[in-house]
Amino acid sequence: MSQTVETPEDPILRASQTFGITPEQYMLPARGEIRMVDPTGRLLPAEEQGTEPGHEYPLPAGDVLLGAYEKLVVGRRVNDQNSALVRQGRMAVYPSSHGQEACQVAAALCLKEGDWLFPTYRDTVAVMTKGVRPLDVMSIFRGEWHGGYDPHEHHVGIQSTPLTTQLLHAVGVAHAAKLRGEDTVVLAMCGDGATSEGDFHEALNFAAVFKLPVVFFVQNNGYAISVPLSQQSAAPSLAHKAVGYGMAGERVDGNDLVALLATLGRAVDLARSESEPLLVEAHTYRMQAHTNADDATRYRDDAEVQEWIAKDPVTRMRAYLAGEGLLDDAAEQRIAAAAEDVAAALRDGMNADVQVDPRELFRHVYTEQTPQLAEQEQILAAELAREETAP
Amino acid sequence: MSTLQAPAPSGQTPAARPATFAQALNTALADALTADDAVVVFGEDVGTLGGVFRITDGLTQRFGRTRCFDTPLAESGIAGMAVGMAMNRMRPVIEMQFDAFAYPAFEQIASHIAKMHNRTRGAVTLPIVIRIPYAGGIGGVEHHCDSSEAYYAHTPGLKVFTPATVEDAYLMLREAIDSDDPVVFFEPKKLYWSKAPVDLAELRDRYENRAPERREGRAVVARTGQDATILTYGPSVPTALAAAAAAEAEGRSLEVVDLRSIVPFDDETVAASVRRTGRVVVVAEAPGFASVAAEIVARVQERCFHSLAAPVRRVTGFDIPYPSPKLEEYYLPSVDRILDAVDDLQWED
Ligand SMILES: Cc1ncc(C[n+]2csc(CCOP(=O)(O)OP(=O)(O)O)c2C)c(N)n1
Repeated sequence: MSQTVETPEDPILRASQTFGITPEQYMLPARGEIRMVDPTGRLLPAEEQGTEPGHEYPLPAGDVLLGAYEKLVVGRRVNDQNSALVRQGRMAVYPSSHGQEACQVAAALCLKEGDWLFPTYRDTVAVMTKGVRPLDVMSIFRGEWHGGYDPHEHHVGIQSTPLTTQLLHAVGVAHAAKLRGEDTVVLAMCGDGATSEGDFHEALNFAAVFKLPVVFFVQNNGYAISVPLSQQSAAPSLAHKAVGYGMAGERVDGNDLVALLATLGRAVDLARSESEPLLVEAHTYRMQAHTNADDATRYRDDAEVQEWIAKDPVTRMRAYLAGEGLLDDAAEQRIAAAAEDVAAALRDGMNADVQVDPRELFRHVYTEQTPQLAEQEQILAAELAREETAP
Repeated sequence: MSTLQAPAPSGQTPAARPATFAQALNTALADALTADDAVVVFGEDVGTLGGVFRITDGLTQRFGRTRCFDTPLAESGIAGMAVGMAMNRMRPVIEMQFDAFAYPAFEQIASHIAKMHNRTRGAVTLPIVIRIPYAGGIGGVEHHCDSSEAYYAHTPGLKVFTPATVEDAYLMLREAIDSDDPVVFFEPKKLYWSKAPVDLAELRDRYENRAPERREGRAVVARTGQDATILTYGPSVPTALAAAAAAEAEGRSLEVVDLRSIVPFDDETVAASVRRTGRVVVVAEAPGFASVAAEIVARVQERCFHSLAAPVRRVTGFDIPYPSPKLEEYYLPSVDRILDAVDDLQWED
């Protein structure tokens, strides 16, 4: 390299020098959302990808894309299987990410083995893609326990119901890793509505002040239950919120798996190499109701939903891969069969009547059971014994 | 079968069509919005959707977005904005979507809503109603079933109400909205769909035009009995009544007192009942330790010690996080558990 000017340490300064832009320009999202493949599956030429200086993204490799597509198909199948299980009464509730699977899959795949994921209730597919057994993920929705897996096993936080509280946990995990000198990246997910909560702002600020490798990934699906984004935030985009905290933000088409893998992939790389947080906002759509308890026809019309069918992430990715010659009928069949296998195993598992020992209720409140809880456990045990002997 | 309705006998109103608890609350909100321009209703999903439990159904359509509106998703924001609006002559009625999702607002509620009147030596009143759907029994996922009343009851400056009947739902919500003090209004979720033959128009008339019986700080004897008193409130009232009915069949007569208002507390009605029966079981769904139930026991011991024939017993939730849907039946106070406690009250026979 014949460069004479020494590259500055600071990524913002470096970007300013390389592209001749201001720090604010570097941190502000690209003027449009990043999109690499259009809804028909056509790879867009670079100048149509929404990129500009400081916002260029490389196309992920073919095998990466094919592997991601498989996860996408599995994720869709699992979402639909779970919705069916709710209708059959096998599951109490399931917040489906149908339509948002590209975000789910990309969130998990952009991370390395030791990296952490902090999901919300809607991020089942991301959790599964990160390696947690589907049946374990579903136990919370089946109503057995408030979580179903060990966060340490796959580095996945427990799915969070209170909104955005998990973002601060993500910040804490990143801070601990940094203090120990580890290069762990943490990706934390939330919805568009959740960005209004105080914890969202505290998390972003902490991460920026402490220079922590956290990728905040906002799935903007247009609604917080019934409240549309326009009544949630007056910002030009949710990604714009980043700059105020001193971090870079980016907008990406949330139904374009290729663009998601590229932008999240680079965000994770930057977080790791520079130890700095980034915010990525994906623009997507919740195709189904908030949960089975919700009546979406009360707040949005069918025409809007229909419009998004044309942008379906699964069909788009399939068209792209087929067009590029990366996906043939044999591969398609193999992937469909793999998705069926996952769904079948899930169905069998959910149809089996899992018994939870009610006495376990008293065993995990404290690491060491208190005398009061031991006493209460005995009360319940006596009741259960009496029930068993009753005629 | 004729679909024609029989004419009402002259001078009598036709029997009231049953109303649900949820309808009573909805009507109370609508009537309060009609009665006073200062009343505003806001929170998450309360506008277009009408609330996740439909308690605010139709209010935006009827009263417009200035009177009933959706806010951004931020409980601290909702409660904190209510403080400022109340300081500026409005009467906010805010909804916390579920019990555990009020916790982000706890700072505003405990530090400001509860204390502003005191801090300003009475110069500022905060007529705010914080509606909180609470407690379990509906198979909800985590954080949707907390009984959080003790936190608020423990915070001086807040009134805490919890109706258990359709009639109380209407009348107590109207009272709460008319109160110049902040009221945390706990709505037992599992009672939302309960029904009673209550004429809501008649309630409105009674509340607005005749001297209504005051509910705030007043307990009510929900069922009379001689042998023991069950003191309870909110979601546990129907369970206590069921236990009393079962006890009757076994020849034991239980009185059930529905507290209705936790703060202020009706020591008088409670003591009168306890002095008559001499035996007490307190029933509540929240974990028992450091709870409202514990407070009730202490007050009964202090005031009625010499009338008691047996130590006061408590039937409460266990001291554990509210369990997942498949396990909540083991947690909730049941008829059997109440009857067991009654059996323990040192009967001579
Ligand atoms: C602190 C808190 N307040 C309220 C709720 C109730 N609630 C559950 S989901 C939801 C909407 C969330 O919308 P968004 O963040 O956009 O995520 P999405 O459901 O669209 O994925 C609300 C209000 C909650 N879970 N936590």
